Amino acid sequence: MPAPIRLRELIRTIRTARTQAEEREMIQKECAAIRSSFREEDNTYRCRNVAKLLYMHMLGYPAHFGQLECLKLIASQKFTDKRIGYLGAMLLLDERQDVHLLMTNCIKNDLNHSTQYVQGLALCTLGCMGSSEMCRDLAGEVEKLLKTSNSYLRKKAALCAVHVIRKVPELMEMFLPATKNLLSEKNHGVLHTSVVLLTEMCERSPDMLSHFRKLVPQLVRILKNLIMSGYSPEHDVSGISDPFLQVRILRLLRILGRSDDDSSEAMNDILAQVATNTETSKNVGNAILYETVLTIMDIKSESGLRVLAINILGRFLLNNDKNIRYVALTSLLKTVQTDHNAVQRHRSTIVDCLKDLDVSIKRRAMELSFALVNGNNIRGMMKELLYFLDSCDPEFKADCASGVFLAAEKYAPSKRWHIDTIMRVLTTAGSYVRDDSVPNLIQLITNSVEMHAYTVQRLYKALLDDISQQPLVQVSSWCIGEYGDLLVSGQCEEEEPIQDEVLDVLEGLLVSNLSTPVTRGYALTAIMKLSTRFSSVNRIKKVVSIYGSSIDVELQQRAVEYNALFKKYDHMRPALLERMPIMEKTATNGPTEIVQTNGETEPSVLDTKHPPPVTQPANQVRTLKQFWYLHSVLCCCSDPVSPWTFQLQLLSPSSNVVPALNQGTVTQVIRVLNPQKQQLRMRIKLTYTHKGSPVQDLAEVNNFPPQSWQ
Amino acid sequence: MIKAILIFNNHGKPRLIRFYQYFAEDLQQQIIRETFHLVSKRDDNVCNFLEGGSLIGGSDYKLIYRHYATLYFVFCVDSSESELGILDLIQVFVETLDKCFENVCELDLIFHMDKVHYILQEVVMGGMVLETNMNEIVAQVELQNRMEKSEGGLSAAPARAVSAVKNMNLPEIPRNINIGDINIKVPSLSPF
Repeated sequence: MPAPIRLRELIRTIRTARTQAEEREMIQKECAAIRSSFREEDNTYRCRNVAKLLYMHMLGYPAHFGQLECLKLIASQKFTDKRIGYLGAMLLLDERQDVHLLMTNCIKNDLNHSTQYVQGLALCTLGCMGSSEMCRDLAGEVEKLLKTSNSYLRKKAALCAVHVIRKVPELMEMFLPATKNLLSEKNHGVLHTSVVLLTEMCERSPDMLSHFRKLVPQLVRILKNLIMSGYSPEHDVSGISDPFLQVRILRLLRILGRSDDDSSEAMNDILAQVATNTETSKNVGNAILYETVLTIMDIKSESGLRVLAINILGRFLLNNDKNIRYVALTSLLKTVQTDHNAVQRHRSTIVDCLKDLDVSIKRRAMELSFALVNGNNIRGMMKELLYFLDSCDPEFKADCASGVFLAAEKYAPSKRWHIDTIMRVLTTAGSYVRDDSVPNLIQLITNSVEMHAYTVQRLYKALLDDISQQPLVQVSSWCIGEYGDLLVSGQCEEEEPIQDEVLDVLEGLLVSNLSTPVTRGYALTAIMKLSTRFSSVNRIKKVVSIYGSSIDVELQQRAVEYNALFKKYDHMRPALLERMPIMEKTATNGPTEIVQTNGETEPSVLDTKHPPPVTQPANQVRTLKQFWYLHSVLCCCSDPVSPWTFQLQLLSPSSNVVPALNQGTVTQVIRVLNPQKQQLRMRIKLTYTHKGSPVQDLAEVNNFPPQSWQ
Repeated sequence: MIKAILIFNNHGKPRLIRFYQYFAEDLQQQIIRETFHLVSKRDDNVCNFLEGGSLIGGSDYKLIYRHYATLYFVFCVDSSESELGILDLIQVFVETLDKCFENVCELDLIFHMDKVHYILQEVVMGGMVLETNMNEIVAQVELQNRMEKSEGGLSAAPARAVSAVKNMNLPEIPRNINIGDINIKVPSLSPF
């Protein structure tokens, strides 16, 4: 059979393919040829075939049938075979295939080979894809090579040891004696990999960490030599002596100095020296400075050094190189918690970075800006952040909006500013705000009693402009429903709309294709609420009755129940649709659930839903006012003959918390209009949460004194 | 730790793929495509760091890349590597390739994919940086290449020469060459 084609020819052939199908055909043909060649057990051409197979594997074609061939190559005596065989093993095999264990013996032999390059290949392969079993078997060999004087092998053995430790952490102890004089090496390659090995050991085991702390003086000395040594052509990169090694040592120093005063003190001088002497015109210098800054911030350095570090970061921020700016922002984000004031000094530069064209820089700058917002700079910062929200990419808008809400809540200088800010967010990025922001906003608005007129007017105007952003529409319709009377009554600063205009807008929401079902629910409820605030009750009745046959089940249910409210329970309507009381913000999900159910789906009169469980601090019992009163309303009218002979007016309870241990009471006044002088009976159903679990209580009061109803 | 090193051209064709963590074959190709998609969108004057795509793994990974003429060199690293340091490492790797191939261009990487792997093996091992001294790397690669050459290299040249001679039809050589007065007797050569 003719000799298999060379790798070069194969590549040339494949490159002439003009379509994917043509390429696939060529490759399949070649694979078939390779397979038959493998079957013939041809030793001469095996290396060539495996090389071709690896090329095809890189292009994405299956090459698993070559795995065994790689093993045969590894077992061969020729260096060429071993080289391509080991490469194939690293690319095609991994510990999931059982085949890989067959390599163990070959690797063991090769680790003791007379040629250092073969030993190197074996170390490389073991260090890349050695499984835990292989590592266990061969750790002894690696340890031996770690002590050799051959620097080429020693550096590979060090990295191989790192891999062994990662796979089998228990073997770490084994390498400890070999590390004793690793740092006295002159060869930079060995030094570099030794520092990597030491770093790995220190990160994995606190015992090792304390053991290696004694190396700090030696590390400091090596670093000093690197800086002071002057020009050394061997290790020079752009005028700096072996920057890679410097960065590695700085990182190890960071780990050793963390939370240890003595080590940190021993490092102070050298860190200051590196920070002030390193040349910053090229990237290498900046890489070292960056690592130095991170180390200074992480160890227990003195405050002068910390200020120096942050100033270096500040300088980085002004650098023309984008990479440096990015790196500076990343590190400032890490240090803003601990050194807040120092970072504040660079606030204006950070805010400028919001306008950068680079997406990665913008994201970092945004995160950092939110971290820097405090009571003093809230107004200025918010202006910048809102401008950013206007102009940024959609991927940022959700995070930015949430950040703005949080910041506004914590530091708002006034309620009006707070509401203005929220309005701004809703109008510019309304469709990107998170779902839970709607109830939170509604609660905020409810609690700012003096701002109701202002708020509803602004929201109404926003609604006139744009009904596509659902969160905005939901909040607006809720507010219009609640405060519609303020909207038309002339309490607003500008020209007020008339009632029909308002109803037009709300009805528009109901029919618009842009409105989601949830929004429609809000709109319908709002219209219903206006029936007690506006005079055009008939119009509202008509609208509500139309939706009684809506396809949307939720809308239909609401409409039917509201209809019933008009027909049979008309006297209860004012009380039920009364303005919402101020809601107190409870921990975690409390307010969300209150508002969601109160604002969005006021339960119908005939519905005896349980109120949602309310989280509460220990030893206090809370009752949900709204639901309590609704429930008691239901239960009052219980005469089977003519249930609705009473008219009730419920006033707010004195508090919604019943203190523990009989330390207080809650009273609620109920005014009863009883024209027919029927006997008063009251059934009460109380639902509350006590120590986290819901409790239900039923009680009946039958012993009203006759004077009260006669 | 370096999770992967990818070199592909401006059209997304892979020129060198090295993963230091296990990924199934089809996932590897998906990662290459996704990385190309992310990196090719980038303008030339933005920073060289990208938060990694979703496939290669979560929040701890970054893509650090450099664009040289027609090739993208992408290193996918986690937080234990210095970003600026990796940028320098890419530069060192490319300069080493330049020294080994003498003014390296994309064609060199295409036709000598195995050699590029060997060079990379001397720079990064098991996802960790092994050697950064360019001269050292070049010297070691050179010595190994010489060893390979002495054995005939990947194309197994001497074996081919031997088989070529084997296939020569020696008995066809004339035993007596008569050029007029000179009579040379050719010794009988045993076929080998």
